[in-house]
Order: sequence, then C-alpha cells, then structure tokens
Amino acid sequence: MYNFDVEMPSTVADAVKAMARDEAQPMSGGQTLIPTLKARLAAPSVLVSLTGIDEMKGVCMDDAGRLCIGGATTHARVAAEAAAHYPALASLAARIGDPAVRNRGTIGGSIANNDPSACYPAGALGSGATITTNKREIAADDYFQGMFETALEEGEIVTEVKFPVPTAAHYEKFLQPASRFPLVAAYVAKFGDGVRVAITGASNNGVFRWGEAEAALGANFAADAVAGLAVDATDMISDLHGTAEYRAHLIGVMTKRAVAAIS
Amino acid sequence: MPKDGGIGASSKRREDVRFLTGNGNYTDDINKRGQAHVFFLRSDVAHGVLKSVDTAAAAAMDGVVQIFTGADFEAIGGMPCGWQVTDKNGEVMQEPKHPVLAHGKVRHVGEPIAAVVADTLAQARDAAEAIVVEIDDLPAVINMKNAVKEGATKVHDDLTSNLCYDWALGAENKDAVDAAFKNAAHVTTLELVNNRLVANPMEPRVALGDYNRSDDQHTLYTTSQNPHVIRLLMGAFVLGIPEHKLRVVAPDVGGGFGTKIFHYQEEAFCTFAAKACNRPVKWTSSRSEAFISDAHGRDHVSKIELALDADNNFTALRTDTYANMGAYLSTFAPSVPTWLHGILMAGNYKTPVIYVNVKAVFTNTVPVDAYRGAGRPEATYQLERLVDKAAHELKVDPIALRRQNFITEFPYATPVAVEYDTGDYVATMDKLEEISDLAGFAARRKASEAKGKLRGFGVNCYIEACGIAPSNLVGQLGARAGLYESATVRVNATGGLVVMTGSHSHGQGHETSFAQVVAEMIGIDENMIEIVHGDTSKVPMGMGTYGSRSIAVGGSAMVRATEKIIAKAKKIASHLLEASESDIELKDGAFSVAGTDKSVAWGDVTLAAYVPHNYPLEDIEPGLEETAFYDPSNFTYPSGAYACEVELDPETGQVTIERFSAADDFGNIINPMIVTGQVHGGLAQGIGQALLENCVYDDEGQLLSASYMDYAMPRASDLPMYDVDHSCQTPCTHNPLGVKGCGEAGAIGSPPSVVNAVLDAMRSGGHDIGHIDMPVSPSRVWAAMQKS
Repeated sequence: MYNFDVEMPSTVADAVKAMARDEAQPMSGGQTLIPTLKARLAAPSVLVSLTGIDEMKGVCMDDAGRLCIGGATTHARVAAEAAAHYPALASLAARIGDPAVRNRGTIGGSIANNDPSACYPAGALGSGATITTNKREIAADDYFQGMFETALEEGEIVTEVKFPVPTAAHYEKFLQPASRFPLVAAYVAKFGDGVRVAITGASNNGVFRWGEAEAALGANFAADAVAGLAVDATDMISDLHGTAEYRAHLIGVMTKRAVAAIS
Repeated sequence: MPKDGGIGASSKRREDVRFLTGNGNYTDDINKRGQAHVFFLRSDVAHGVLKSVDTAAAAAMDGVVQIFTGADFEAIGGMPCGWQVTDKNGEVMQEPKHPVLAHGKVRHVGEPIAAVVADTLAQARDAAEAIVVEIDDLPAVINMKNAVKEGATKVHDDLTSNLCYDWALGAENKDAVDAAFKNAAHVTTLELVNNRLVANPMEPRVALGDYNRSDDQHTLYTTSQNPHVIRLLMGAFVLGIPEHKLRVVAPDVGGGFGTKIFHYQEEAFCTFAAKACNRPVKWTSSRSEAFISDAHGRDHVSKIELALDADNNFTALRTDTYANMGAYLSTFAPSVPTWLHGILMAGNYKTPVIYVNVKAVFTNTVPVDAYRGAGRPEATYQLERLVDKAAHELKVDPIALRRQNFITEFPYATPVAVEYDTGDYVATMDKLEEISDLAGFAARRKASEAKGKLRGFGVNCYIEACGIAPSNLVGQLGARAGLYESATVRVNATGGLVVMTGSHSHGQGHETSFAQVVAEMIGIDENMIEIVHGDTSKVPMGMGTYGSRSIAVGGSAMVRATEKIIAKAKKIASHLLEASESDIELKDGAFSVAGTDKSVAWGDVTLAAYVPHNYPLEDIEPGLEETAFYDPSNFTYPSGAYACEVELDPETGQVTIERFSAADDFGNIINPMIVTGQVHGGLAQGIGQALLENCVYDDEGQLLSASYMDYAMPRASDLPMYDVDHSCQTPCTHNPLGVKGCGEAGAIGSPPSVVNAVLDAMRSGGHDIGHIDMPVSPSRVWAAMQKS
C-alpha cells in the first residue's frame, strides 16, 4: 500500500472534522478497503478509522420498536446481541465472511460500500431500514442507488441503522464458491402491512427489491406463490461463477426457500 | 497390536512440533544483514513487442540500489528446460529462449520486465511504478486449437509455429489400433477438458540471494522441492557458477505440490543481483504474484476413444490431446503430457493396443508444468470417464465392466512402454465396495430423494507411475538429468545418527518416516536419528522430491547406506567380541554372537569406531559414515479404486460430497498415519479440481481467476469425512523396502469418481447428459440440466 496518515477519532464530530482533510477516506473495519489499499488500487492521504467511536457502537431497541445498530458495530456483535430482538438479521450477520471478518467488519462499512454481493444491503433494504448519518436520515429505498453507489455525500458517515422488526424474516443465500459472498441471496421480511423482498448478488445495479414477489407474497405468503414468477435476466451479473440466466433462476429459488423457512 | 516405533508404526510427526508452535524456519524467516529487496515489474499485457523500458526516473528515487531489465541479462543464459521430447517424426521439440527478464517481447501477463532492487520493498515498488514501459500490443494466443492453425499469431517469432511437439506413443500399433476400431462392436468417444489449476501452496515462493566477495561464494535460499537441481540448472545453465561456489538452501518449505520443483527467474535474479549489488537481495512473492508467476498445472483438451468387442472386452484405445505449455517451457513441462501421461493410458486394463497422440502448444499464458500427479491425473481422468461412459452406453454395470477388463497377472507389460511389477486391482475394488458400503447406496439414494435431492455414486480405478525413475530409461526419453537419489548416514561416536538425504520434505513428514526406517534396520529408538535435507552444502547430490519418489528412491538410498553402516559395524563388533563376522547378529540395537550370550551394544561399537583403541585398524578405517546412491530399475505402480457419493440439489445445481472412499495399494507402508494424511491431502486437491478450482483466461490473455475472490480453493466444509484404506498391499518387487509411494494418489484418483457420481445423480433425475467438464460448478450443472 501507499503511505497515508491515520486518524482515530473518538467522536462523530471529530470524525467529521477529520473527513474534511484532503483525500480523506473513512474506514469502518476495512474488510474491503484494506485489501484494496494493499493492491495499491486506492491512495487516500488520510484514513479516518470510525471503529474507535463509542457512540457509533452497540445494539439496542428504540421506543418505536426498531432495532438500532451503531454504524461501527461489528458483525459478530450484531450476531450476538440482535438475536433476541431480530433473529433473521442476527443470522445474516452471523453468516458474513469468516470469524476474522465478522470481528472487524461493521454494518456501516458494509452498507456504505454497497458491494453488489454484500449481505447487509439485503437486510437493510429488505427490512425497510432507515440509515442515519451525521447529517440526516435516509430511507433504505432511497439509500441504495446502484453497484457501489449510495445516497451518501462526500464525507458523510453512517452513524446508525434502524431496522423495523418484521413479524418474521429469513435470509437465504447461495454462496459464490470462491469468495463465499452471495452469488445470489434473498432477504424476505413479512410485516403486518406487507412483504418486502430484497435481492443481493444478482444485479448489475446492486441490491434491489423484487416487486412481483412482494406483491405475490403479500396476497399469499407461501413458497408456492413465487414458484411461477420469472425474473428478467437482462440486468443480471454474468461471470465465471454463473450466467445472468442462472442468477435470475436462483433469485426465485432463494426467495422461495426464504419463504419456506419462515412459514 | 500397532507397533510403537519403526516400520509400520504411526509415529507422530516430529516436525509438527516446530510447525505447530510457529518455530518453523521458512525462507522468508531468513534475513541477512544489509539485505535489499526486489520488486518485479510484471507485464500486464499478454502479448506485445517491448519497445522500451525507461528506468531513468525510477533509478533516481529514494532507496533504489539498482534497476535491471532484460538488457542486463542478454549476455547471460536463459532459463533451461530439463526435458527434451522427440516428436513422432523423430524431430526434437521446438524450444524457445526463456529470458530471466523479458527481452524483445512480453509473452504472458505476469512476465517480469524489470527488477527494482531497493533498501525497502515499498521503495522498490514505488520506483517500479515510475518505470515507463512501452509495449505494442499483439493479439493474444490463448485457445490451443486456434494457436496451431495455419497463419496463427506466433508466441515465439523464431519458432516455426506454436506447436512445441506432436508426440505419439504406440506409433507401431497405430494400424492395429485403427483396425480394432473398424472391427469394434462398440466405440465410445469422449471429448473433455482437464481444467487448468493454480497450485496455491500455503507458503508463496521466496528467494534470497547472498554473495560473499571474500571467498566468491554464492548462496541462494529458496522455496524449492529440490535444491540440488536448482544449483545445477541455475549454476550451469543460467549464471555460470560452478557447484563448489554455489550453495542452495531450501529450508522448511510450506507445501510444493510440484510448482516448487522448477527453476524460476526470481531465483536466478536474486543470486545474480546479490553479486551485482554486493548485498543480499530478497524477494517474497505476494499471493497475487503467485497466481501469475507460479507454474500452473493440467490444461489439457482431449478426445479419447475406446473400442470394445461384442463381449465388452476393450480392444483398443486412441487418444488425441492438446497440452498447454504456456508461453515458455518450464523446467519439466515437456515430460508431463508425454512420459508421465501417455505411459499411463493403459490404466488398470488389459487393452491390447493403444495409440496416444499429444500436441504441446505455446500460448500467451503462464507456463504449465507438473502439479500433484503431473500427467497421471490427466490420463486417469480421460480413461476413467471414458470407461464409465462406455458402461452406460452399453447399459452394463461400470464396476463389472472394469473388473472384466482388469489386468490380473503380473508382471504386465503394457502396450504403452511400461511394465507393472505388481498389483491386485480385484482386491482394491473388493475393498472399495466394502468401505463405500455400495450395498447401502440404494437406501441412501431413496433418503436423498425424499428430501428432493438427487444422489449419485461414481467409481474409478487408477494406476500411477511413481518413484521416478531409472536414469538410463529417462535419459533415452529426453530427460537432461538422472533420477537417482542419495543418502549419507553419519553415525556419531555415542551412537546417534544423522541421515543426510537428497529427498526434500515440504509437508511429507520425512523427518519422521525416514527415521523409522533406519531405526527398524538397526533396532534403536527413532529419536536417535536426525534427518537432514534441503542444503546442498550438507547433503550429497540429490534429485529432490516429486512424483511420489521420496520413500521409493530416497528411502532406498538410505537403506543402502544403512546396510553399509551395518556391515562395517558388524566387522567392528566381531573384533570386539572376538568372533567370526559371519556369526554376528544385529538385533534390537545390539550385536551378539549367534548361539552365545556374548553381545556388544550399538553404542559401544560406534564409540569404538571413533575411539579406535581396540579396533581392527589393519582391516578397516575408523569412523562410521557411508553414502549410497540408488537408481531405481523401474517405476513403482501404486493403484487403487475410489468411490464418490454426491448429493445434488436439482433446483440450484449444487453438488455436495456425502461420502468419499479410497482403497489404495501402496505396497509396504512405513507410517500408516502419514500415508492416510497424504491421501487426505491429495483427495482435497482432486476434489478441488473436480468441483471448484478453475484457472481461466479471457481472450486477451487476462487471468480472470487471479485471486481467491474468483479462484475457488477447497475448504474443509466442502469435504466429507473420508473412508481411506490401504490394507491391500502388493509390495514393489524392485526396491528394498517394497514401497510404492502415496503422495499423489489422492489427486490422481479422485476427479473421475466425482464427475462419474455427479453424472449418475443427474441420470437418476432423468438428465442423461453424457459428460460435464470440471469444475462441476452449480451453474454448469444447472445449465446442463436445463438442456437435457
């Protein structure tokens, strides 16, 4: 990697100040960023580590019954502490990467990066979460804007993610054999007023909601309800590990299995 | 009762104490005072004319010691190839120049163009980025069949084409083979790809060159399976340094799998630069560099045909293979698809006539060379897939068809140049049926189907040629080296022994198993024996470890040297006991006079050898140290039968291995636990090839699977608990231990049974697709099931 300065702020305010420096790059666990730096594919002049900010860490329930996770909370901590409140999300966190990744990587880092094959974007979009930054609150539907693209502005920091807790939910993922990221994964959340289905790993546009499945499952929450739905392969990723058609097919299978796991 | 020491005991691996406690001494652990670091600037295009390499700005940067380019090596030899294959017309292969640093052209992504030596690695890397390289891109030659077409772009302008050689085995049988196909009652034809692999040893390659101006001594520390071979190749052919001025040390090595046999440019560079810069120069490969600079494995495209008579007897076999050499000939590359592949095409079967044709092709890819099994997995995969396909076409049981055609009498001279000394293929198949619980498969299939899964059972046999090899034979076949092994046994005054072996251990556990052999021969505790390897200044000329040769060839050399030790010690004992030498017996570490209670302990004899006060000085010299070189009279032929049982999810195409059974015949076994471990490791790599691993280039010659994000290595969770048995033992008839070797069997024997099992599962779901190429990934399985 190239040389850079490191800042380790202990408050959000200090982090924001540090982010104002030229070519500053936030780092929240570094599970994607560190390999990128090692390959010299990025050259920030200063790395602002967010994992020393206590106010951005932790798992709790707010008065509205939402599960609130600090942006700098590790996957391992979510897996352990969210299990009693939102088991499907805790299970998602518990299956990200391997133990080393789960003890370093954070939810804020994951959704700020918005890798098209990451797990958390599916959990956040599928739950209809609200992303809180140092500036504002953003609905998940507005936040995820495409492959590696989000609504975040330059220097904006994800401080917290608030998850409405569905009556039932399940995250079903099919692993890419090499990276063990999702090749395709479906997050299905059943709420009193409807069903949300978020798909990750599949699309060239990153995580997305599968509207037809949501409508079908809203009318009849059963695995069979999605059996006949076909997904258009046009915008799906095609690579060494699967064609667009295969991914489109897996969307249906993963969604069906997620529904079956709930019902 | 299991033995607690000596031959046949599962002694715990003594080397694991240092490996598991972080006390191993790997090449990267070695640092020399004042050492500089080298960073190689590597080509990011597959093929192009190297117009200019401007190092001026880079050379002025902080910490830079010196920058080298291809021009600096013009007057120096290129990388040598250790095997010259003669083609079917009697012409020698086309052998391109292989420069240490690219000169004139770049020929694969990853080829080193310049080497920056600097005080720190970061400085070297910074300076490398400041080097301005001008390359005129040329079309990349990637597809082998296109590469040998008339008018194809040439990888090497000074060669006549991209064809390295067009080799045949069994040319004298060609007419008989063709006639057998004409007269056949049934012909089964199969076209398949043996997927390119990256070896991925846990420890990446490292080289550290050191030079002492005061005595003109060069030392290279390197991650090698055969330091003497590196000393010879690099000293004699690349740098012109005589052996007595060059020491090569390969200390603890973290896995080789073949890819650390070869002599690489980085080794020659560090040795050369240490003198040129007058300071030690070190290179440690990154994992990313390993993908584009370690020799790759496999990469064959084959058509194979089997002729059968009306009674389903095999009557002839014909193969047509394209073997990828990559851009240059790596050290032993030409031998892999020929003499390590063609000679195995008879497999376990008495097919009377066989014709093998192999075309080796240059492409703009990383050189391809031996990888665990080297040629034998490619042979086994073709043959055992073909036999399975024939059985299904003929609607006969695949095991019965194999049994019907087994070779049952030994020695057996195959129509492809080799003679199997021993084997019992019926016994290993019987054992396989037992340990794989073939009888219970139908019930297990039913249970899988109840869960909505398909279940398949696949078998294969294998034969391999190990213990490479008789030097006079390989000399005729084109080897530019002998393939003996050496050992020196040094007995110390107080009775302990040091064995210096030319074999090299990089995971095999030689320090334990070799000690067991000597302990057994003398009747002393294993802990009295130390095994030394991997340093040309300590060990006599040796050929190293590959091709499952260590115990068969290196072990035999050690036995011969120990026999000499025992013979001399008996002379000393007879003197001390005042008895006739012919009456002296050695048992449990003591020499006794037959029929009496007179004896003298091992330690008293060894002490007498070094304090020869009461000693037959008029007859023998003091001291107790002997050397032996052993040159095998034949290959050894381990064999076996493997079975794989898979479950297939028809919705996703995901295959999981539910059971894997291996019944091997390795001849006599020194340490059963180590043998089991070797089989386990080999199976992981074979299953990895069958299900997961795939090295893929795009049409521009860019490596698509260039990191673990896209190159799928097998993990523990991908593998079942294995059922491994090596109780079927037909000892090798021509080496003193009766051993055959076990290091590669798992990787050779497992891919076909995995694929056979997947196809069986698919057939049970109504998808009779005939063949599917490796790796049998979920997407491939799903796509194949959509089409059938």
